[in-house]
Amino acid sequence: MNRPRFRWHIVVFLAPAVLVYTAVMIFPLFNTLRLALYSEVDQSRVFVGLQNFQTLFFDPIWSEQFWNALGNNFWFFLIHMLVQNPIGIALAALLSHPRLRFSALYRSAIFIPTILSFVIVGFAWKLILSPIWGIAPSMLDAVGLKSLFAPWLGKEEYALTTLALISVWQFVGIPMMLIYAALLTIPEEILEAGEIDGITGASAFWKIKLPLILPSIGIISILTFVGNFNAFDLIYAAQGALAGPDFSTDILGTFMYRTFFGFQLQLGDPHMGSAIAGAMFAIILVGVCIYLFGIQTRMRRYQL
Amino acid sequence: MNKARHNPLNTAAMHGALILYTLIALFPVFVILINSFKSRRAIFREPLALPNADSFSMIGYETVMKQGDFFLYFQNSMIVTVASLFFILLFGAMAAYALSEYQFKGNLLMGLYLALGIMIPIRIGTVAILEMMVATGLVNTLWALILVYTAQGLPLAVFILSEFMRQVSDDLKNAGRIDGLSEYTIFFRLVLPLVRPAMATVAVFNMIPIWNDLWFPLILAPAEETKTLTLGSQVFIGQFVTDWNAVLSALSMAILPVLVLYVIFSRQLIRGITSGAVK
Repeated sequence: MNRPRFRWHIVVFLAPAVLVYTAVMIFPLFNTLRLALYSEVDQSRVFVGLQNFQTLFFDPIWSEQFWNALGNNFWFFLIHMLVQNPIGIALAALLSHPRLRFSALYRSAIFIPTILSFVIVGFAWKLILSPIWGIAPSMLDAVGLKSLFAPWLGKEEYALTTLALISVWQFVGIPMMLIYAALLTIPEEILEAGEIDGITGASAFWKIKLPLILPSIGIISILTFVGNFNAFDLIYAAQGALAGPDFSTDILGTFMYRTFFGFQLQLGDPHMGSAIAGAMFAIILVGVCIYLFGIQTRMRRYQL
Repeated sequence: MNKARHNPLNTAAMHGALILYTLIALFPVFVILINSFKSRRAIFREPLALPNADSFSMIGYETVMKQGDFFLYFQNSMIVTVASLFFILLFGAMAAYALSEYQFKGNLLMGLYLALGIMIPIRIGTVAILEMMVATGLVNTLWALILVYTAQGLPLAVFILSEFMRQVSDDLKNAGRIDGLSEYTIFFRLVLPLVRPAMATVAVFNMIPIWNDLWFPLILAPAEETKTLTLGSQVFIGQFVTDWNAVLSALSMAILPVLVLYVIFSRQLIRGITSGAVK
């Protein structure tokens, strides 16, 4: 019998991943949260406790921007939940139909926007919706709806919704794919048993398939939540760091970028930026916890 | 066979709906691509027409080639993406092997620790990451981006790869041990080749977000010589807003590499997503 000796190879296998992950992800994360408790006075860093958060939530200048960004962010998320996920589920339901021809082709084509960068997507839609180029107005004109056209990205009341819908257009492929995968795992026998009881077509979807894919819908919802609450790129690419017009498309990501990096005449403030990051962290943490403990554990899972 | 599931009218409606959505998905890409090959006048007069002998023009691409350093940007994006994927796969597979193969104290805890990053976006720590990169002098180098993307990709990679490594047969590894192979040889020569499909899935998952990221290039490496294609086209388009030919060409040049990669890897990507790797 060998005496158990220290197994160095385990350390060697783990070390690179743990070191990089700890140094570049976990440590900066906590360091950012720590920086949120400091402020810069006379070019030196002083501990100020929760004062930055107090400024962020209650100071008139800061809080107005913060609550505006937070509210916009919730609206952004709501549109994704109400538009992106139902469309994704509907497309997946169509695609998973047995013996549907060309389904692989549809799948690949509908997924294309998802692989494009926000920069491409933002500018492409900006051009298409632009009143100067006139693609959108002339297309609406063709179906007799020209009066509906407005420079959507330039109007305060429409800009955020328009951007959210552009983002929906881009990312609909992800819920589609995940739900499609979930639908494929439903065994044929269950559907056939339903057919014998006279449940087919749409009612088979609502009564049999939908309850079975609820866990996947839960995963999609939390992925959408996390993705939306650290979104930045699309707004920045389409509207710039000022998230115009008049901050109407400002979300937490653009607000944090502006604050800590500075823009035009405002100097960057890493400490207030960290405070915003801390608020984002708390929001995402709450969302993930609600999902993990409130939704996922209560969801009924069926043994297939 | 049940008739209710194969009604021709239903089938036609389904194809109709799918074709409609496919058109919505492809239309903007199509409009950008065709107009990038047209003269300025044709772009505005007939935006939806295909370029013909009359309206064909490469002026936009000429401007892009002259004014922007797109080959450098492309090269930077390529280096960052390939290097990050290499480190994610190597380090991720090593850690996944340690977690799935060996029983040791703290195994479960280590797994949980590494899984934390799946749900928490690395962007939250940007302020401190920037400070660290400035302090270590890595700011405005491609290494800053490679390190960040490696850290960002590792949690999910470890999670997926350790699921797959549990399925590798113990007999094989034990046979290797009896033959006197070291643990490292067993890992690199026996186990790694067997989980290649899972590695491909991880690679494809990580490739697109790394290639398309705008946040970290903008903050960590905005210098001219380290711009990635995404940041480079963003800045270029911002400067040439009024030159429609140049903007459309720059957009097309940013779309094309991704589209080519997608055509090559789409089967892998779709199989990866649908095989339930992210469940």
